Amino acid sequence: MSEQLKHFVDWLMQPTLYFALSVVALVAVLKFRAISTKKSVIIGFFVLGTAFFAWAWSDPNFNKIITKPDNVPIVILLATVIFFSWLSLHRGYINDERKKKGLPTLEGELGKQKVFTWPDLVYTELICMVLFTALLVIWSIKIGAPIEEPAAQARTPNPSKAPWYFLGLQELLVYFDPWIAGVLLPSFIIVGLCAIPYIDVNPKGNGYYTFEERPFAISFFWVGFLLFWVSFVILGTFLRGPNWSFFGPFEYWDLHKLEPMVNIDLSTYFWFDLLGRPKAPSDPLLRELPGIVLLLGYFAVLPVLLQKPLMAKLFDGKREHIVRYHLMMHLLLWFGLIPIKMLLRWTIDLKYIVGIPEWFFNV
Amino acid sequence: MGKLFDSIRNTQLWKSVFRHGYPDTPRNRTLAVLSNFFLHLHPVKVRRSGIQLSYTWCMGGLTFFLFLIETITGLLLMFYYRPTAELAYQDIFALREHVPIGIMRELHRWSAHMMVITVWLHMYRVFLTGSYKPPREFNWNVGVILLVLTLLLSFTGYLLPWDQLAVWAITVGSNMARATPFLGHEGPGASLISFGGLNFIHAGDDVRFGLLAGRFVGEGALLRFYVLHCVGIPLAAATLMAIHFWRVRKDGGISGPL
Ligand code: HEM
Repeated sequence: MSEQLKHFVDWLMQPTLYFALSVVALVAVLKFRAISTKKSVIIGFFVLGTAFFAWAWSDPNFNKIITKPDNVPIVILLATVIFFSWLSLHRGYINDERKKKGLPTLEGELGKQKVFTWPDLVYTELICMVLFTALLVIWSIKIGAPIEEPAAQARTPNPSKAPWYFLGLQELLVYFDPWIAGVLLPSFIIVGLCAIPYIDVNPKGNGYYTFEERPFAISFFWVGFLLFWVSFVILGTFLRGPNWSFFGPFEYWDLHKLEPMVNIDLSTYFWFDLLGRPKAPSDPLLRELPGIVLLLGYFAVLPVLLQKPLMAKLFDGKREHIVRYHLMMHLLLWFGLIPIKMLLRWTIDLKYIVGIPEWFFNV
Repeated sequence: MGKLFDSIRNTQLWKSVFRHGYPDTPRNRTLAVLSNFFLHLHPVKVRRSGIQLSYTWCMGGLTFFLFLIETITGLLLMFYYRPTAELAYQDIFALREHVPIGIMRELHRWSAHMMVITVWLHMYRVFLTGSYKPPREFNWNVGVILLVLTLLLSFTGYLLPWDQLAVWAITVGSNMARATPFLGHEGPGASLISFGGLNFIHAGDDVRFGLLAGRFVGEGALLRFYVLHCVGIPLAAATLMAIHFWRVRKDGGISGPL
C-alpha cells in the first residue's frame, strides 16, 4: 500500500502533471473564493501537509532531499507562501463582501483610529525581532551550515545546481537557451516589476486587500510568482537530480537515469514533414523562415490585433494609454513564451522555433 | 524597585541621554519617538490598520532586521576569513572547530536564506495590497533594486566557502553570462561586434570574464565576490534602504484606503 502510494506521488510529480495540476489548483482557488478562503481550508491543508511529511519522513530518499541543510529554507518558503497567499485572499474576500454591503474595508475601518508608535508599533517590532532571533538561534544550533569537499575545477558534481533562488531560471534552461533563460527573461522580470506601477492604471485596491476590484492584476501576479517562480524553485530543488533529470520525491537519485531526448526544430517539421523536401535550405534565414514569421506574428501582429478589445477592457479604451498597453503586451508576450514553449516541448518534442546555432540565435 | 528606577532616571547621566519621562503620557510618547534617532524613522502616530500583522506581515521590517543580523555576523566572520584560494576553505572549516560560539556561520547563512524569502514575501504583500499605486510608484522601484541587491548579496556570498557546492553553483549561475546578447562570447550578435575581421568579444574579455576576472571561477573571482559581498553591495543596499524608509514616510506612511 505504502509503496504504491509512493509510486503514485512520484508519478503525480512529473513536470507535465505537476504543472497541469498546479494550474488547476490555482484556478480553482481563485475561482471558488467563497470556499477557498475559509479558515477550515487552510487549517485542513496544513494538517494534511504535516501528515504527509510525517508519513514520508521515514522514506530514505525523501528524507535525504528534505533534510539537506540548504533545503530547509525551501520548505519554509513553501509553507509561508501558501499561508500568506491564503491570508491575502481571505482578507480580500472579506473586503469584497463588505463593500457589497456598503461597509468600509477592514483596513478602512481600523484606519480611522490612530495610535501612538510608542508603545503599539515598537512593541510589535520588538516581539517580532525576539521571536525571529530565537528561531534563527535554535535553527543554527540544530543544523550546521554545509561544507563539502574543497573546490576542484576538474571534478564537476552531478547535479550542479545554482543557488536555490535561481533554480527557477535553471529550470527554464530545459526549454530555452541560456541567452533567453539566463539573460533576457531575468532582465524582463526586473524591467517588468519596475514597470508595474506605470502599467496598472486601475486606481482601486490601493491600500487594502481585494480580489474583485483587480482580478487581472492579482491573477497575473499569482500566476507569475506562485506558478512560475516559487513552484519552479521547488521543482528545481526537490525534483531535479543528476543530469537535471526528473526524480520523484521518493525516487533514488540514480546517476544513470537518462531521459530520452528527441528534440526536433520547427524548421525540420516544416521542410521535411510538411513540404516533404529531402533537405532544408542551406541559408539559415530561409531555413528558419517559418519560425521567424511565427515569431514576428506573435510579437508584432498579435498586440495590434488585440489592441481594441484589450484596451477597452484594461484601459477604458483611452488612447492616452497606448504606450502602456504596448509595453504591457510586450512583457506579457515574453512571459507567455514560457508556457508555449513548455507545451510544445511536451506535445511535439519541439526544440527551437527559430534555431540558428551559427549565430547562437535559438528561440 | 520603583524607587530605584526613579532615582536612576533622575541622574544627570540618564537625563543627558533620554530627554523625556517614562512614555506613558501622550507628550512623553511623542517625545520618545521624536527624540530617539532610531525611532524617529517612525511617525509619532500611525494608523491602526497599517501596523496590523495580518496587513503588513511584518515582512519589510523583518527583511531589514535580517540585514542587520547579516551585518553583525558578517563582520564577525570577516575576522576569521581570508579570501584566497589557499586559505578560504580552511578558514571556513576552522570556524566550526576553533572559534568560540561557533554558530556565526550558521546564523549568517540561515539569515541570508530567510532574507531572500522575506524580501519576496514583502514584495508579494506590497503587490497584493496595491501599495505600488500612486504615490508609491517610485518606492516600489527602489524596492525592486533592493530585491536585486538582496539576491546579489546572497549570490556573491555563496562562493566564499570555496567548496565544491560554492564553486559549482557560481559556475552554473555565471555561465549564463556567456550567452548575453552582443556581450557574451556565446551570445547572439557577439560576432557582429568586430572590426576588420577581428572579433572583440571572446572568452577572454566578455561580460563573464569581467564578472569572474578569468575564464572560470578561480582566485580572481573569489576576491571580486568577496569585495562586492562585504563592501560594495552592502553599501549600496544600505543607502537604498535609507531612501526606501524615508520614502515610506514621505508617501504618507504605510498604505491604507484613502
Ligand atoms: C532589502 C529589501 C527591503 C527592505 C529592507 C524593505 C523594507 C521596507 C519596510 C520596513 C517597509 C514598511 C512597511 C512594511 O514593513 O511592509 C517597506 C515598505 C514598502 N516597500 Fe520595502 N523593503 C525592501 C524591499 C522591497 C521590495 C523588493 C519592494 C517591491 C518590489 C518594496 C516596496 C515597498 C513599498 C512600495 C513600500 C510601501 C508599502 C506601503 O506603504 O504599504 N520593498 N519596505
